[in-house]
Amino acid sequence: MAVPGIRNVADARQRLMATAESQAAWTALDCGFAAVADVFDECWAAARQHIAPAERPAFLDAARTIGKLGRGAEPLLAFLEGWPRVVATLALPQSAILPTLMDSIRRLQKSPNAPAVTPLLQTLGAVAERLRSADALADYQTLALDLAERTAGSIHGRQTTHPSPALPNFLRQAPRLLGLLSLAGMRRWIDSGIRLTSPHPEQQRAYFALASPESRALLQREREGTLFADVERRLGLGLAALWTDDSPLVPYSTAFAAPGLRPYLAADGMRLPDALGTLSGIDGLQRYRAMLAHLAAHRQWSRPLVADNWSPLQRLAVETFEDARIDVLLLRRFPGLRPVLLALHPQPAEDACDPERINSLRHRLTCLSRACLDADHPYTAVATREFAAGLHALLADGEASTRAVAELALAWAARTRVPSDQYANVHFADTEIDYRDDNRHLWTFIEAGDEEDSFDPPPTLAKPERAGLPPRHYPEWDGATQSFRPDWAAVYEALHPAGNPADIDRLLERHALLARRLKRLLDLLKPQDRVRLRYQEDGSELDLDVAVRAWTDWRSGRLPDPRINVSHRTNGRDISVLLLIDLSQSLAARLPGSEQRILDTAREAVALLGWAIGELGDACAIAGFHSNTRHEVRYHHIKGFSEAWDDTVKARLAAVEAGYSTRMGAAVRHAGHALSGRHSEKRILLLLTDGEPADIDVTDPDYLIADTRQAVETLAAEGISTFCLSLDPNAERYIGRIFGNRWRVLDRIENLPEQLPMAYLNLTR
Amino acid sequence: MTSPDAYRIRKQPFYQPQGNEVDLYEAAYAARLPVMLKGPTGCGKSRFVEYMAWKLGKPLVSVACNEDMTAADLVGRYLLDAGGTRWQDGPLTLAARIGAICYLDEIVEARQDTLVVIHPLTDHRRALPLDKKGEQLAAHPDFQLVISYNPGYQSLVKDLKQSTKQRFTAFSFDYPPAALEGQIVAAETGIAAALAEQLVSVAQAGRRLKGHVLDEGISTRLIVYAATLIVHGIPPADACRMAMVRPITDDADVIDALNHAIAAIFD
Ligand SMILES: Nc1ncnc2c1ncn2[C@@H]1O[C@H](COP(=O)(O)OP(=O)(O)O)[C@@H](O)[C@H]1O
Ligand SMILES: [Mg+2]
Repeated sequence: MAVPGIRNVADARQRLMATAESQAAWTALDCGFAAVADVFDECWAAARQHIAPAERPAFLDAARTIGKLGRGAEPLLAFLEGWPRVVATLALPQSAILPTLMDSIRRLQKSPNAPAVTPLLQTLGAVAERLRSADALADYQTLALDLAERTAGSIHGRQTTHPSPALPNFLRQAPRLLGLLSLAGMRRWIDSGIRLTSPHPEQQRAYFALASPESRALLQREREGTLFADVERRLGLGLAALWTDDSPLVPYSTAFAAPGLRPYLAADGMRLPDALGTLSGIDGLQRYRAMLAHLAAHRQWSRPLVADNWSPLQRLAVETFEDARIDVLLLRRFPGLRPVLLALHPQPAEDACDPERINSLRHRLTCLSRACLDADHPYTAVATREFAAGLHALLADGEASTRAVAELALAWAARTRVPSDQYANVHFADTEIDYRDDNRHLWTFIEAGDEEDSFDPPPTLAKPERAGLPPRHYPEWDGATQSFRPDWAAVYEALHPAGNPADIDRLLERHALLARRLKRLLDLLKPQDRVRLRYQEDGSELDLDVAVRAWTDWRSGRLPDPRINVSHRTNGRDISVLLLIDLSQSLAARLPGSEQRILDTAREAVALLGWAIGELGDACAIAGFHSNTRHEVRYHHIKGFSEAWDDTVKARLAAVEAGYSTRMGAAVRHAGHALSGRHSEKRILLLLTDGEPADIDVTDPDYLIADTRQAVETLAAEGISTFCLSLDPNAERYIGRIFGNRWRVLDRIENLPEQLPMAYLNLTR
Repeated sequence: MTSPDAYRIRKQPFYQPQGNEVDLYEAAYAARLPVMLKGPTGCGKSRFVEYMAWKLGKPLVSVACNEDMTAADLVGRYLLDAGGTRWQDGPLTLAARIGAICYLDEIVEARQDTLVVIHPLTDHRRALPLDKKGEQLAAHPDFQLVISYNPGYQSLVKDLKQSTKQRFTAFSFDYPPAALEGQIVAAETGIAAALAEQLVSVAQAGRRLKGHVLDEGISTRLIVYAATLIVHGIPPADACRMAMVRPITDDADVIDALNHAIAAIFD
C-alpha cells in the first residue's frame, strides 16, 4: 500500500549515494529504511575516516545484522552514527571491540530484552568516551547483560518472559553514571539497586532512571573523589579558624545541577559542589579549601557594585580584576595556600588563540589574572605586565577596594579592546579558574518598588482551654529602661500528654552501641565520685596521715585524736539537674538530606541523657517549653525530680512536639523555681535550645536577650548554675551576652545523642 | 625560722604588661588587699605574680592547688623526728610568717572545705589560727594573698564559692592582642618577630574554635613551647602540631582543620 508522502521500501534501496564507494556500501547494507538512506552518505564518510579499509566489510556486516533485527531503523541509525566515534575514541582497531558488541546484541536479541539494543547503541559513543578502553567497554556490557538477566522475568517467580524494567533506563543513564562513577562503583550501585527494589518493577524503573531519592543517595555514596558530606565539618572548622566566618556550607548536586555551575555566595551560605575529584594534582579536599578561601576572601574584602551601566565585557573584566585582588590579599594573609591556588589556576600559552579570528577576551583575562598571582609568569604582552603591576601598586599599602580595582579593570578593557571581542566564537580552553566562584554577589541591580512596607497580620491569640494549674506570673526585665515589668509573663505548667513509652525504648535500642560506650564512661566516672570520709573512729582503713598525727600527739603528751580511720561513700555526687528543652517551632525543621527532624534527634538525645543521669544517681527533672506571646508561656512537665525514669516519663517524652516561640526568660525563671526547692550541693539548670529567645509579640531581639540574661543572673545569685547547650551554629552572636561563658555550641546535630550526655558528663566531672 | 631570702626572686622575670595592671597591683599591695587573677590557663598570670614579687622585692611562696589538698597541707602539721615531734609550717603559714606573697594557683582545683582556712587571712584580722599548735599567728605586715582562677573552665561542680570570691580584688587577664603576644613570644624565646607572629596566627585560629569544639583556646604558654621547639631546630609546622594542636584536642576533624591552618599560615 502506497501512502502519499512516505517513500516505500523499494525506493530506499534504490537511493543514489554520493560516491561509487558509498553506493557499493549502501548496496551491501541491503537496507530499506528511508531514514537511514537519508544520512548514509555522512555516516559512510565518518566511517571511512575512522575505520581502516580492511575492517570496513566487517562494519557493514554488523550494520546489516543490526538492520535486520526487526526493531526498525532506530538501532541501525544509532550504530551507523555512533560506531565510528567509538572506534575513534578508543583509538583501537575495530576488531578489538566489535565482536564483543555483536555478541551482546545477539544475547539481548534472544531474550525478552531485545528492545534494549536500541538504547545500548544510542549511548555507546558517550559511554566509550568515559571508559576509554576495550576491556572497560566489554566489562560495561557484561554489567548491562547481567543486570538484564537479574531483573528480567523475576516477577512472581515466573519464567523469563517479562523484559527487565531496569535495563533501558540504565542504558540511557549510563553516560551520566560513568561521568560520576568508576565501573566498580557502578557495579555496587547496580547491586544495591537490585537488592533495594526487587521485585517491584515500578521501583526498579525509577531507581535505574535516577528518579528515586535512594538511587541518588546511593549514587552519591559510590562517587569517586571527595564527598562534601564527608568533609563538611572539617571545612566548617577550617573556615571558622582561618576566617572567623561561620557561613553555613551548602552543597549543590554536580550530577543534577546545570552543567558548569560554579561555587557561589548565597544569602544563606556558601554553595559548593557535592563532590570533587583530583584536578592538576590537587585533591578534592584541597580544592574545597581553595574555594572556601576565595569565597571567604570575597566576604571579607568585596563590596557589591551597581551593574546597570556596564557592558558584559566590562563586567567580566571587573570580576577578574576583583578576583585577582582578593586572591592577592588572601595569599598575603595565608601564603601557604599559594602552591594550591597556582596549581589550580590555568596558565594558558600566550599565543594559544588568534585574536584576529576568535574572541580572546577570556584568554587575555586569564593571562592577566595569572600574572597578578604568579611573579614568575611567562607573559610578555605589555598590557598584561603593566596592569598586573598596576594591581600590585594599588595594593602596595592596603587592601584598596572593589571600586578602585573596577577603575583599573575598565582602563584595561578600554586599552586592550579588539574587534573580535564581539565575536560569538570564544576561546574557552584553559580559562576556567577552578577555585573561583561565579561572582553573583558582586553586582546589585537597582529595582523599583523594593521597599514596600509589609504589615504582618496581628497574631491570633489562641486561648486554649487549659485544664490544670492557673498560670504563675513572672516579671520581665526591660534592658532599655533597666527596670522590671511586673507580672509580665504568664507561665502555664502542665503534665505533658503521654505517648507511647515503647517509642523511647526503641530509640534507646537504636543507640544500644552508644549506650554501651556511655556506660563504660559512667562506670569510670563513678569510682572517682567516691568521697573519702576522714576522721572516722570506725572506718574501712587506717588514714595514715591522721594516724601519724595522732601518734605524734600521743608521743608529745597531748590527747590524740581517736578518729584515725577513713571510710568511703560512693554516692558523692550531690547534684540536682533540671533539663529544660526548647520546644519551639524551629525544632520541627528537618536535618539536611534526611527525614529526621531536629526534634526527633533531640528526643533521642534527651532519652539517652535521662538514662545516663539516672545511671549516675544524680537527681534529674526534665521539662520543655514554648510560648505564644507573654500571655501564654507553656511549661511542660516531662519528668519530676522524684519520678523514676519509667514508662510514665518515657511516654511523656515520646509525645513531645514542636511549636510556637521561645520566651526563654520566663521558662528559665520557672525552672529556677523548681530547682530552688532542692537541697543539693549543686543545682544545675541545663538548657537545650536551637536558637535565640524570640516571641511573636516582641520585635526587639535584644529585649528577650537582656531578659533571659537577667533571669540567669537571678538564678546564679540563688546558687543555681545555668548552662546552655545550643544547636545554633550562629549562637556566638548573642549567646555570651546571656550565659557569659556558660554555654557551648553542639556543632553536629546528628551527633546530638552522643554529644548531649558527653557534654553533661564533662560539665559535672 | 626559714629565711625569706630563700623565696626571693633574684633575677628580673620578663613580663610584658598588657595595660596598667602593674600600677593597679602596686596599689592593691600597698593596701595589702587580697588579689584574684582571673583568666584562661597559660595567659601570664603566674608570670605576672613573679614579676610583681620581684618588683616589690618580696618573697613569693607558690602553691599549685589540687583536689587532694587538705587544710593541713596549707597550714602545717606535726612531724616525727628522732627527738620526738616537730611542727612543720605549711606554705600558707610560712608565707604569713616571713611576709611573703602567697600565690594559690588554680584555686578551684582545691576542695571548698579546704579553702575556708584562708578566710581569716583575707579580712581585717589578717591572722591564721594554728589550732593544733595552739598558736594564733598574726600575719607579717608584708604578707599578701593572691589566688588564680580560670573562669572559662567549664565545670558546674568546680566553682569558687561566692563567700570566697567576695574577699578578693580581681584582675581579668586574657590572651594578649596579637602584636603584643608576638612580642612576648619573641622576647621569651629569641625567635624572629615574623615567625612569632605566624605562631600567634595559628593560636588565634585555634582560639576561634573555642566554644564550638574546643574547651580551651591555645594558650600563650603553648605558643612559647612551639617557639622553644623551633629554637631547638624543629621545623615550624611540626613544632605547631606538637605544641599547639595535639595537646588541646583529640578530635580528628579539629586536628585536620588546624593542620590546614598551619599549612596556610606558613609558606
Ligand atoms: N605578659 C607576659 N609577659 C611575659 N611572658 C608571658 C606573658 N604572658 C604569657 N607569657 C608566657 O606564657 C607562659 C605561661 O604563662 P603563665 O604565667 O604560666 O600562665 P598562667 O599562670 O596564666 O597559666 C609564661 O611562661 C611566659 O612564657
Ligand atoms: Mg570570585
